[in-house]
Amino acid sequence: MSASVADHMGRAVPASPHVPLVRVTKVELRKMFNTRSGFWLIASIAISAVLAAGGVILWAPDGQLTYSTFATAIRFPVVVILPLIAILAVTSEWSQRTGLTTFTLIPHRSRIITAKAISAVLIATAAMALTFAVGALGNLAGAAVTGTPLVWDVTLTQCFYYVLGMVLSLLIGFMLGVLIRSSTGAIVAYFVLTFVLPTIFSLLAESQQWFRDLQPWLDIQFAQSGLFVFDRALTGEQWANIAVTGVTWLLIPLAIGLGFVMRAEVK
Amino acid sequence: MITVEGVTKSYKGFTAVDDVSFVARSGRVTGFLGPNGAGKSTTMRIMVGLTRATAGTVTMGGRNYVDLPNPGLEVGVLLDASAQHAGRTGREILTVAQLYMGLPRSRVDEMLEVVSLTPTEASRRVGNYSLGMRQRLGIAAALIGDPEVLILDEPANGLDPAGIRWMRDLLRGYADRGGTVLLSSHLLHEIEVIADDIVMIGNGRIVSQGSKSELLHGAGTVVRSADLGLLQSALSEIGIATTRAGDGSLHTDADTSLVGKVALEAGVALTELRTEDAGLEDMFLELTATSQREGATP
Repeated sequence: MSASVADHMGRAVPASPHVPLVRVTKVELRKMFNTRSGFWLIASIAISAVLAAGGVILWAPDGQLTYSTFATAIRFPVVVILPLIAILAVTSEWSQRTGLTTFTLIPHRSRIITAKAISAVLIATAAMALTFAVGALGNLAGAAVTGTPLVWDVTLTQCFYYVLGMVLSLLIGFMLGVLIRSSTGAIVAYFVLTFVLPTIFSLLAESQQWFRDLQPWLDIQFAQSGLFVFDRALTGEQWANIAVTGVTWLLIPLAIGLGFVMRAEVK
Repeated sequence: MITVEGVTKSYKGFTAVDDVSFVARSGRVTGFLGPNGAGKSTTMRIMVGLTRATAGTVTMGGRNYVDLPNPGLEVGVLLDASAQHAGRTGREILTVAQLYMGLPRSRVDEMLEVVSLTPTEASRRVGNYSLGMRQRLGIAAALIGDPEVLILDEPANGLDPAGIRWMRDLLRGYADRGGTVLLSSHLLHEIEVIADDIVMIGNGRIVSQGSKSELLHGAGTVVRSADLGLLQSALSEIGIATTRAGDGSLHTDADTSLVGKVALEAGVALTELRTEDAGLEDMFLELTATSQREGATP
């Protein structure tokens, strides 16, 4: 009895500080780059951004050589690749079984997952900066090559929308990684969620009136589409659509996935 | 020191680890021995918080593993050398461990030297490593924080004979400097050679534990004589049961001095009298006979 009391007292002593989150985040960030697949995935953002900008200069009609055209063209490959980076950052701990080491060195899974989320958002932000820079260079080069006037038709608010949209789609990938914890499964689910489901939703909306009214509240892609159109500010209702679909498609599954991650056995 | 108290892990309708208690003391190598699927790895995962025990506690120097502020500096763990990202280089894997623990960069090169991985090998991706090289890398990662406790699951797997010898010397030196070493193995000979204490597990339960000398002692007596029948009846007169082995020797649980005295009084000339050298293998097979997949009996 006295032993268990002593035990209890021992544990009541304030624990010394854990490995700081900044350090864990730095390591997680490094782990995204230091594998062959991770490195090329991140490199492919830069490569595809440059290719997309080149494509715009070559093939876009002269009248459309504006900054928003570049930003939209570059967005497409980046918005596909970024969530894959987030997915693999999480799932490799299970699929490659590195979690055995990671969760042993940092035996608080929430800290690892938090660090991964922060690193993924940091990478997304860097990718955004790159996208804007490549878009700007493309715009300058396009104007110089074709002799058309330079058009900067994107406002700061629109840039903010654009970044928000990118971060949200990155977080969808992150959520799928946490929920499914298998690289293949999560990537398949991601493509279903971003390419198959929106198609089904739009077909349904074309044929069913009732669904057309509901779509903005159910279809996360549809709800967020306003973020990537460089022409007007979002209405209050559009923000509400983003919030509602964000809760149902992002926060709730993420919470379920986190519950699994915290409890599941790491083998 | 590692203290395991009443650890139980049940899955649906199946108990993988059943009320396991033992202590791995500092300055000693504790061998955790058992056939495949006996619950060794599950117990080790529970120790480091990767698996949640249904009941029981594990403490390292009086604290729960998950309460250690920077566990890598206190407990070195190698659970599965193959559980590494195939696309990462050996050096990067050590660097990741070094960064988590906040150690100086130079530790990476020091550890590569300790486990005899050359700079060229270290810059190759782990997907191209042999199992032996992965074990060396895993041991380097376990040692990099200079911990007081080592927990190694089957570390000798895939090592060549020279590598096994090297690891044995490494762990011996580690324990001699006051460290606690817990290593699991199904390689009986390895455990017999290296361990000071042995914990034997079968079907999730501890079947035997103690110091190696304790466990190997008292295995009985082997005696040979030209007139075994006379000796056998003399022994049975004073209530000592004997069994005759196929090779013409007599086995008994009584110790050698008693058997010698009985033989002298009975006037039987002995050709051989010795303590039965059970060897851990016989004992291992005997103790785990019920949990052996092959149903092997000694």
